[in-house]
Amino acid sequence: MATTVLLIEDEPNIKEAVSFILERDGCTVHSLADGATALAAVARHTPDVVILDIMLPGQSGLEVLRRLRADPATAGLPVLMLTAKGQARDRAEAEALGVDRFMTKPFSNREVLAAVRELAGP
Amino acid sequence: MAVADLLVAVCILYAALLFAVAWFAERRARRGRGGWLRSPVVYTLTLSVYCTAWTFYGAVGFAARSGLDYLTIYLGPTLVFLAWWWLLRKLVRIGRSQRLTSIADLVSSRFGKSDLLAVLVTVLAVIGTTPYIALQLQSITLSFAAFAHTGPEAGGRPGTAIWVAAGLAVFTILFGTRSLDANHRHHGVMIAIALEAVVKLAALVAVGVFVVWGLSGGLGPALDAIDAAGIAAPSGGGGRWLALIFLAAAAVLTLPRMFQVTVVENADERHLATAAWAFPLYLLGISLFVLPIAAAGLALLPQGSNPDLFVLTLPLAADRDGLALFAFLGGFSSATSMIVVAALALSIMVSNHIVVPLWLRFRRDPATVAGDLRTVVLRARRSAIAGVLMLGYGYYVYTDGTAALASIGLISFAGVAQILPALLGAVYWRGATRAGAIAGLAAGFALWGYTLFLPSFGDSLLMPAGVIAEGPFGIAWLRAQNLLGTGGDPLVHALVWSLGANALLFAGVSLVTRQDGLERLQASQFVDVFDRAPGPVAWSGGGAAAWDLLVMSQRILGPEAAQALFRRAARGQGLSGDLPDPTPDFVEMLERELAGSVGAAAAHAMIRQLTGAAAVSVEELIAVAGETREIMAYSSRLEEKSRELARTAEELRAANEKLTQISRQKDAFLSQISHELRTPMASIRAFSEILRDTDDLAAAELTRFAALIHDETLRLTRLLDDLLDLSVLENGRVSLNIEAGNLGDVIESAVGTAVLAPGRQTLAIRRDTMRETVPIETDCGRLRQVFINLITNARKYCDAERPELRIRVTAHRGMVDIDFIDNGSGVPAAQRALIFEKFARAIEAETADAAGGAGLGLAICREVMRSLGGSIGYLPGVGGAAFRVRLPRRSAAIAAQ
Repeated sequence: MATTVLLIEDEPNIKEAVSFILERDGCTVHSLADGATALAAVARHTPDVVILDIMLPGQSGLEVLRRLRADPATAGLPVLMLTAKGQARDRAEAEALGVDRFMTKPFSNREVLAAVRELAGP
Repeated sequence: MAVADLLVAVCILYAALLFAVAWFAERRARRGRGGWLRSPVVYTLTLSVYCTAWTFYGAVGFAARSGLDYLTIYLGPTLVFLAWWWLLRKLVRIGRSQRLTSIADLVSSRFGKSDLLAVLVTVLAVIGTTPYIALQLQSITLSFAAFAHTGPEAGGRPGTAIWVAAGLAVFTILFGTRSLDANHRHHGVMIAIALEAVVKLAALVAVGVFVVWGLSGGLGPALDAIDAAGIAAPSGGGGRWLALIFLAAAAVLTLPRMFQVTVVENADERHLATAAWAFPLYLLGISLFVLPIAAAGLALLPQGSNPDLFVLTLPLAADRDGLALFAFLGGFSSATSMIVVAALALSIMVSNHIVVPLWLRFRRDPATVAGDLRTVVLRARRSAIAGVLMLGYGYYVYTDGTAALASIGLISFAGVAQILPALLGAVYWRGATRAGAIAGLAAGFALWGYTLFLPSFGDSLLMPAGVIAEGPFGIAWLRAQNLLGTGGDPLVHALVWSLGANALLFAGVSLVTRQDGLERLQASQFVDVFDRAPGPVAWSGGGAAAWDLLVMSQRILGPEAAQALFRRAARGQGLSGDLPDPTPDFVEMLERELAGSVGAAAAHAMIRQLTGAAAVSVEELIAVAGETREIMAYSSRLEEKSRELARTAEELRAANEKLTQISRQKDAFLSQISHELRTPMASIRAFSEILRDTDDLAAAELTRFAALIHDETLRLTRLLDDLLDLSVLENGRVSLNIEAGNLGDVIESAVGTAVLAPGRQTLAIRRDTMRETVPIETDCGRLRQVFINLITNARKYCDAERPELRIRVTAHRGMVDIDFIDNGSGVPAAQRALIFEKFARAIEAETADAAGGAGLGLAICREVMRSLGGSIGYLPGVGGAAFRVRLPRRSAAIAAQ
């Protein structure tokens, strides 16, 4: 069964690149440009992995993560944070909220792929 | 005249000796080695100023005329010193504790520091003392004449008197006004007085011994001679005898000079214990040989000889010139010591109670009082001394030395005795009031003047003989020496009337009038001087309530300290509550405490106000004014300082806030730079890895990804360009391309670019192209950059349903304003100060900038406008977000910088 990935990223070029490499690897990718509708999208697509940016219009990625973790239905959902905000403060905050993986832009495509595979599980 | 010259020489030598002794004593005292100057013996000897020339010469005359009457003059003081010495002790104690300077001061101070009483007593003392001084001058003149001319005729030579008066004035001024402090002891004067006391006693005893054993042939014959002369019994009835004793006793208490030596010059209260027996002994010594001398004079000298001069004429008649000279010096000593001390005492009273108060009252500028006051007091005292002596001399010339020595003395005694009721009331009767004292003194003074003093001139302008004999306007019962038909001995008559009215009025008026607060306080301080135990009578009457005092003290000392103070005092008084009785002790203690905070004068004035004693003296007011001025100046300095500090603190706080914000902005700036750089780099890396790793890319994909990489590198380049641009602009090193143009063209171009640029929103733009036609001379490319930025911002951020931007141009002289106003909700007030800073938006939230700007736009605009010589600012209160660009029409000059 194909891995379903929900990609929440406002930068169109990055969204295109990440979608491209994941889809070539056989994933189903749903993408989203803002944080506000993220929870609804999770409910709709029931993804195996969520890739989340921090700087998002409307609602920040950290806030989305907090709400995912707060809902029992999505508390265990693997989340990969992929952000240009690479400061220690941002990483610590994300980890405190229970992020599964934290990667800073620019990223290596291979590492993103490996992370998604690992998070999606066997 | 050789004898006269010799006498003058002796007098001058003796005077020189006195000057030397006085000078020596002053020097010792100033060097703090005057211990022996303050011995009880010296004190007792100075008390002998009581014994004047009247005693020395007059007592013999008195005895020759009136027998044993003369003894009363010694019995009065003896009784006072032996039997009533605790009254003296009380006076001395009060004098010390109240720092009294004279008897006038005592009476005034006790009755609420009344100026009127002080003046009254001073005037009374001056009038009462003047005849007495005249008497001394007369005695000196008489003795001089008797000695030099061997003729006892009355009158002598007034020339002698004026020289003596002048000499004594010089002496008294020299040694009596060395220190301004009237409380200061006059060691020089006192030691000279003590020396004179020894001289006069020795002289009189020497004459007495010579008369008894040299002339009369022993003690037995001398006593027989006394019996033969018929002078061993009182002249009048018991009434006169008692009146004389009483008069002498009163005089020793109330004579200004006696108060001076007894109280003011007293160095140690214990000296009184010695004086209590030694002074009566001295008086005994002085009086011992009076009767034998009188008897011998009556028996041996020719009929009609002046008995007042027996002391001198007996040795002269026996050709004992040496002894006669000694006797003369004794009389000289008696007269001069009295005059000196009396002038001293009177000058203090006159200057303190008449001259200085008048001067203070009519003085306009209080600022220089302290300095001038010294001069005024000094001059007042010196002229008072001269004045008193001139008065005495004038009286002497006016009466022409007619009255007998003894009668002048008694008139004086009766005059100053008027002070007695007030004095005794002052120290023994707590209920005595000022009104009572004034009424009594005034009445006694008036009656004394009417019944005794004025008639003593005989037939004079002041009281013609007819008036004395038949009464004023022929009203018989008003006859001066026979009021209401109560004739008899004129002295007793006057004494009974004046002192009787005095005492009755004093007591009666005191009973029906009330004391004010200060009087109550002083009454208690005087009457209870020994056991300053609070008299309930003194304070329960109202005035000060402890509660008022507490309220005031809390304001000054603070609530805790004040309450603790009052509790302690209450416990000290054995009371259970927290409020002590406002006893004088407590009030005094409180005043001291308050003085530590607000200054002595202010504390005194406040306490007085609360204790109901409103009378505040001129000096106190001046002192309060001085203190208040100082305090006000000080506190205004403090206020100014604290305002300054507050300003500085506010500035520092603002600066600190600004710095904190700038620091946060710098952090945010770095973070934002990093973010802005990482995003395009992430795209570039991702696509380049795809290109590298993917072998089977479609040709279309290959082209597209390469194009995306290219776009992202351009974006990176733009960002770096902006950063560098801003840096250059901020450093003021920008090179401008100034050219002539038209504002409308620049706006047109900017609108076209901004609206066409990629973006989500559409923005309606309203312009008034007519008004935009303004010729300008500036860097049109830079200006366009600014306009594009503002229009793009409106496109990005205007949150209205149908976004609309109004561009309004207003031309002024030399300047032109271009406003960009949209219809959104505008920039929140809190952020307006920050929007022109770099990456201002990054501070706001984690949320990304949807429009994708880096937040350098407005910062660049600000720097561009600055370099064009214009400005850009936010326009509050217009509606939506509104920016005003102000541009000089010609930027060249400014841009050249």
